[in-house]
Amino acid sequence: MTEELLDVRLSVNGTPRPLRVPARRLLSDALRHDLGLTGTHVGCEHGVCGACTVLLDGRPVRSCLVLAVSVDGQEVTTVEGLAEPDGSLGPVQQAFAECHGLQCGFCTPGFLTTITAGLRDNPSPTHEEAREMVAGNLCRCTGYQNIVKAVERAAEIGAEGPS
Amino acid sequence: MKPAPFAYHRPGSVAEAVTALAGDPGAKVLAGGQSLVPLLSMRLAAPSALVDLNGIAGLDLVEVDATGVRVGALARHADVLASDDVRRVQPLVPLALAHVAHATIRNRGTTVGSLVHADAAAEMPVVLSLLDGSLEVEGPGGRRTIPAGELYVGPLESSVRQDEVAVSAFFPALAPGAGVAFEEIARRHGDYALVGVAALVDGASVKAGFLSVADIPTVVDLSGVADDDLGEAALAQLEPAGGIHSDIHATAAYRAHLVRVLTPRVVRAAKEGT
Amino acid sequence: MTTKLMGQRVQRVEDQRFLRGQGRYVDDVAVGPDTLHAAVLRSPHAHARIVDIDVSAVLDVEGVHAVWTYDDLADLSPPMAEPLPLLIPHPALTHGRTQFALAKDEVNYMGEAIAFVVAEDRYVAEDALARIRVDYELLPPVVGIPAARAAAHLVHEDVPGNVGARLEQEVGDARAAIATAPHRLELDLTVERSSCQPMEGRGVVARWDPDVNRLTAWSSTQTSTGVRAAVAVKLGLDLGQVDVITPDVGGGFGVKINHPWPEELLVPLAARALGRTVKFTEDRREHFISTAHERGQEQHIEVGFDDDGRLLGLSVEFWHDHGAYTPYGLIVPIITSTQLLGPYKPQSYRVVFESIYTNTVMVTPYRGAGRPQACFAMERTMDAIAQYLGKDRTEVRAVNFIQPDEFPYDHGLVFQDGRELEYDSGDYPAMLEKIRALVNWDEFPAYQAEMAAQGRRVGIGLACYVEGTGVGPYEGAHVHVETSGKVKVATGLTTQGQGHATVFAQLVADELGVRLEDVEVVTGDTRRMPYAVGTFASRAAVMSGSAIHLAAKRTKEKALRIAAEALEVDEKDLQIVDGVVSVIGLPEAAIDLGTISVLSNPLRYAFDEASKAATQFSVGDPGKPPVAEDDEPGLEGKDFYSPERATFASGMHAVIVETDPETAEISILKYAVVHDCGNLINPMIVEGQIHGGVAQGIGGALYERMAYDESGQLLNASFMDFLIPYVTEIPDRIEIDHLETPSPLNPLGIKGAGEAGVIPSAAVFAAAIEDAERTALPGFGITAMPISPSELFALRHHQEPS
Repeated sequence: MTEELLDVRLSVNGTPRPLRVPARRLLSDALRHDLGLTGTHVGCEHGVCGACTVLLDGRPVRSCLVLAVSVDGQEVTTVEGLAEPDGSLGPVQQAFAECHGLQCGFCTPGFLTTITAGLRDNPSPTHEEAREMVAGNLCRCTGYQNIVKAVERAAEIGAEGPS
Repeated sequence: MKPAPFAYHRPGSVAEAVTALAGDPGAKVLAGGQSLVPLLSMRLAAPSALVDLNGIAGLDLVEVDATGVRVGALARHADVLASDDVRRVQPLVPLALAHVAHATIRNRGTTVGSLVHADAAAEMPVVLSLLDGSLEVEGPGGRRTIPAGELYVGPLESSVRQDEVAVSAFFPALAPGAGVAFEEIARRHGDYALVGVAALVDGASVKAGFLSVADIPTVVDLSGVADDDLGEAALAQLEPAGGIHSDIHATAAYRAHLVRVLTPRVVRAAKEGT
Repeated sequence: MTTKLMGQRVQRVEDQRFLRGQGRYVDDVAVGPDTLHAAVLRSPHAHARIVDIDVSAVLDVEGVHAVWTYDDLADLSPPMAEPLPLLIPHPALTHGRTQFALAKDEVNYMGEAIAFVVAEDRYVAEDALARIRVDYELLPPVVGIPAARAAAHLVHEDVPGNVGARLEQEVGDARAAIATAPHRLELDLTVERSSCQPMEGRGVVARWDPDVNRLTAWSSTQTSTGVRAAVAVKLGLDLGQVDVITPDVGGGFGVKINHPWPEELLVPLAARALGRTVKFTEDRREHFISTAHERGQEQHIEVGFDDDGRLLGLSVEFWHDHGAYTPYGLIVPIITSTQLLGPYKPQSYRVVFESIYTNTVMVTPYRGAGRPQACFAMERTMDAIAQYLGKDRTEVRAVNFIQPDEFPYDHGLVFQDGRELEYDSGDYPAMLEKIRALVNWDEFPAYQAEMAAQGRRVGIGLACYVEGTGVGPYEGAHVHVETSGKVKVATGLTTQGQGHATVFAQLVADELGVRLEDVEVVTGDTRRMPYAVGTFASRAAVMSGSAIHLAAKRTKEKALRIAAEALEVDEKDLQIVDGVVSVIGLPEAAIDLGTISVLSNPLRYAFDEASKAATQFSVGDPGKPPVAEDDEPGLEGKDFYSPERATFASGMHAVIVETDPETAEISILKYAVVHDCGNLINPMIVEGQIHGGVAQGIGGALYERMAYDESGQLLNASFMDFLIPYVTEIPDRIEIDHLETPSPLNPLGIKGAGEAGVIPSAAVFAAAIEDAERTALPGFGITAMPISPSELFALRHHQEPS
């Protein structure tokens, strides 16, 4: 019973990353185990926690709810792709550091990708919109207080423009 | 929590998809996968093959004209929700869509997929039922249209056959002078509702659709019922229609109570919107 | 002078890794095709005899490397055939039971491990599990405290009445005091089960190196030293052959202190047997059904009090549901029974508990560890007394407080660590004033009346607690200054998000006089610090913080001694600033710590610039050995901290809620916390701990519970149905005020902070919801938590006048 392997043309963080995986391979597992991009975390594998959120053609999706073969030809952005080209932290990452927006760090990649897309679509969210932006991600450590602050701080950093 | 193995087809057309489905009675359609993939991972579903629609061009349409809204099989909830045209022609669609899970799920999940999944706790099957919409499906014998009233036949069971692909759904436009409203109560923001109510008021006609109350999406006619009696009238129709269910989050008595509270509220809001 | 970092809101140094996706959690270790993956077959039944297990169909599955059941264990390593250790025995635990790594003959909860498969990947391992056939003979399940107490059926045939332990403590004659008290009340209370649910479940990776006969294991644990000892014993290895590394951990909250989990032994065993790196990563469903839960208790309280509400006698009986096994002994119910007293001093107190078996997942500490239940019992009692006497709830509490001049205050009981329950410090009256001010207690009745006039139900609740933190026995630390001047610090306990790499570096920077960025802290690696206990009981800052402070002090003393010799001055005239030792007032007479590190190690060889720089100095007496008799080479300091007893943090929470008269939905209008953990090392991190605790408490009070049916099936073993709050369920602002009464028990004056936020939740929400409902239903009362809108609706229904 050898499982058939399928070719998937994937681009991850701007780099072509071809894959050969069984049809049942979850995108989260493909990123982590086949491509070694372990920044994407798996918290529940049923789409509730949001830790595995990546950007698929720029839009946040749960990578545990997507088959790798199903996104053939698409662009994936993971937490590893959020830093600035010079290696410094991106605005959302910087805001999380400043606001103590993370503790154990396990849920953090899902928040960072979600907020990155959220602020791209809405660069100056109201306080309510900042909360709504992170309303689909679970964090067990922070009580969300500083995550919401970080969304607002990231918007400020974004408004200040590239440093 | 990993899926069991399955064969994988990535057809380039609906016809090819139908052929693949017809060739394997254990095959299932994959569109957004936001309900299906967790079932696969928990091994609560183990289809022999998946027929992935994501490679078929043109299925992601969201078309709006004076008669209503047509949503293609690959249109993501988020795309439908973002459409100003949809909002203008049938506001109940975005009102309900805003309650479908979380934004991230809506980015991948499809409206048509949610309709076919036939979950009585989901928003869109009730909306389609209340609006008397329809589902366009293609099978080996060609295309057919399933009216919403014939779509839901049992818990998590629709009348779409295994060898058929749901190609699009049609939500009729809101008639001039008609009003709609939607409200639900969930344990957490983004959860399936404990009870959700959608209402459509058009002249003397008053109808309400209920999610998470019975085991299929249920619409009741409340035309001519006095405002104060709306809740009881709804219950009187819902209770015989399979009963109100009880689960770990809410007793049947509490659900019935929420029906009493929400029905008049939502009908009033729909009337105010006329 | 460099600013002191103790007390500063220093940004976390570990965040740089985490934010770039470069954290290294256990499932990130050994990624790649060479690693094998394990999966575990778990019992679908709560109580059954295993008649037969047939694994023959698995052997055909391509990619499967091993399939083991209990019968294989003895061959692999004889100690593996014995039950898992009972970690913390207690004389009162007369009928302690632990499970086997793989079930032998019988399963006692849904989720108990039965068979173990190792395969090429987790997908294939799960395929293999599906092919194992087990014949069960079903036994009657015992689910819930009432069924366990009724004992119509037994969980373990040889445990009569399902009672694992009975423990009684009494100070004075509580029953007599109650009998003669002017006023008496009785309460029956219930707290349901919940669980920690860290975002990362358990995980373990092991690698056997045949070239050196050593095993390396990575585990997502709260105690790497404990896992190491367990693995060595169970695999028949010398301790020196086993290294355990705790990498980044995605949250613990208590559940990862229990050890060894079956997989923590089976994976190393497989790595050795197969000669391959083996990994087990628990999935979320497994975390629900095969780790541990907590909180389930039923309580009966009798209290006698005077006209002021002063507690004359308090007698508490409770039944603690410890699930199917007792690996962690009686820690949780002992904490409930002792910490129940909170900031109060009843004139007499009797507590007796039974720790009982049920056919459910076992119970080990969850953040708060028995204290939330204790706080619920005590604070519900205080509210009941206030209601009975028609007094303000704060007044009744105040008359019972231990006063600031009464510390140390000995309750006359024995605490969880086996030591006297003696509070070291605190100021409860001052704290009460702070919380009253923070929540506007005095203004609330007017607001409540105003809302009631509009048909709205708002209520306020208050709850007080004292938390024994920083329990022993010890922790240690090692500080090493490299010739580069970089400071490497190791302590043995583990980290699950508390920011240890930052707070411990702050302590070292302050004490040693170095820059924060030059300090690197390693935790939970037995190669670097083999003597350690673990991270639990809000003990890391107190225990390792103190040990690190002491080790840094030793390092500093040595640095100054060598510098004094090199610079030919008196030690007293030296200071260390930013890693440079200089003569006070004479900055050109200086030597940096890197150079001192070179001088401290009279090696024959020179490698680096620091070695060259050191040649200008001369230390040591040419007439004596290069390393003096009482000295060691290297600029290092090592020390251990072992306190006499725990230090007692305290806090008070208040919440204002609104309940919807129609839908029974509960919303939080204001949440306020006053907290005393002594001196703060990093207020930003302490506040983060409180935020997280409060959120977890809100989950526990209003959303989360383990829903077992009568047959012992866990009905909500997923994040779909076990409702962890999202941001939308947590109030927008948690008001925090600190009180700092330094602990006299440690050099930094600190007390623990990790668990505090979660302790009073059940109590404070029950009080506030009750208060809100009483504006419409005067007789309304809450005796069980958590509470959902559906339950609130049912309670209203029972109490509405018909």
